[in-house]
Amino acid sequence: MVPSDLRYTKEHEWIRVEGDEAVIGITQHAADQLGDIVFVELPDAGRALQQAATFGVVESVKAVSDLYAPVSGEVCGTNDALSGAPEVVNTDPYGAGWMLRVRLADAGELDALLDADAYDALIAEG
Amino acid sequence: MTEPSAPLPTPLLDRHEALGAKIVEFAGWLMPIQYAGILEEHRAVRGAAGLFDLSHMGELVVEGPEAGAALAAALVTDPPALAVGRAHYSMICAPDGGILDDLIVYRLAEDRFMVVANASNARVVSDALAERLDGFRAVLDDRSLATCLVAVQGPRSLEVLGPLTDIDLAKIRYYGIAEGTVAGMHALVARTGYTGEDGFEVFAEVDRAGDLWDAMLGAGRPHGLVPVGLGARDTLRLEAGMPLYGNELDRATNPFQANLGRVVKLAKPNDFTGRAALEAVARDGVDRRLVGLVLRERGIARHGYPVLDAEGPTGVVTSGTMSPTLGSAIAMAYVAPGHVEPGTMLAVEIRGARVAAEVVPLPFYKRPA
Repeated sequence: MVPSDLRYTKEHEWIRVEGDEAVIGITQHAADQLGDIVFVELPDAGRALQQAATFGVVESVKAVSDLYAPVSGEVCGTNDALSGAPEVVNTDPYGAGWMLRVRLADAGELDALLDADAYDALIAEG
Repeated sequence: MTEPSAPLPTPLLDRHEALGAKIVEFAGWLMPIQYAGILEEHRAVRGAAGLFDLSHMGELVVEGPEAGAALAAALVTDPPALAVGRAHYSMICAPDGGILDDLIVYRLAEDRFMVVANASNARVVSDALAERLDGFRAVLDDRSLATCLVAVQGPRSLEVLGPLTDIDLAKIRYYGIAEGTVAGMHALVARTGYTGEDGFEVFAEVDRAGDLWDAMLGAGRPHGLVPVGLGARDTLRLEAGMPLYGNELDRATNPFQANLGRVVKLAKPNDFTGRAALEAVARDGVDRRLVGLVLRERGIARHGYPVLDAEGPTGVVTSGTMSPTLGSAIAMAYVAPGHVEPGTMLAVEIRGARVAAEVVPLPFYKRPA
């Protein structure tokens, strides 16, 4: 089971809403599929994200994978620890492996995301 | 054109599945790409030992009184110069000098050689050799499907394999091969590999593959040996500066461009396929050359990314990864011949941005003496 308090994208990002801000990362399933993560490229604070548009890149030893914004909003913080220790995304994707903090532009966009049950069903399909 | 056929399962597929490997199609075979994870497997090989299933590779035995002469005419190297029990790195080229495959040639007996080809090219090499043997008193026996190949690589390799064999492994030098018994079965044991570490490659009959794998895994576990998939095989060979066919080498590339001119024995007396073209390249020089790059800014160079100098594009990345041993992003790339000096600063274009990269000598990693 994936954490029940998060929302998910079909591209395997999660988002946790905290007031008018939200924290974004990738799911354990995504991290497992990628394998050992060795590089994370994130946008600078202040940049505007567009829902469903790419906002960064995560690279494992073998593969390069785009990151998709679950919502629109302004980046107000990034997890700087990932530049020195990207493997934390594998070991603690919902905690220390978080990637971005954003200021929500439109909370209504959250309705387009999957809840935990729907995301569980998605990854069960393979 | 032949019909696309279903991939062949490696004879050890059941072992890999039982070990929880992720299985992928590679060069027409179902092979393990990773078990526990590429980094862990990579580090096990550098620090202790790793076990590799290489049964997909092609084993082509050439036998007969003119087997050596036939291979000297077919390949860029001079196999008759090999002593029995010795091997060398070689290539088979087209008449225009383009590389059809890179190979290891083992001399098993006075009149018997084994040519080991990449899985992706095994058929091409087999067909080309069959054609080039014509007129020589030598026959080709394609043993690829009848042979399994299991390799142990890493500093503990000798301790792992030693107790399983009647062969005195310490007497096999690098690029040597000996015949004997391993885990109770007849086998050839070669001190060769593709990781930059010491190690042994064990060739045996395919129907004994499972027993061979089980014995080597069991003997190795106490030494820290883990099974290693194709993912770590790629990062290991890249750190060791070894080319991969399809990345650094292909039909449109000649050995001199790949810095493998030393392998081409232009001094041998006989004609060989590609000789005239390669003599011209040796005389006139090359238009691009393979170099090692270390990225000096954040980013990872990947296969196909452009390489830039101050003016613009100067080449292309052939392989790149985050080096588990060095902790920095490394790559091999073809660049203009004026940019091959170590210390030259170039850039790799990564998602539209210039990322600084320095030309460095190959290999990136050399095992401690």
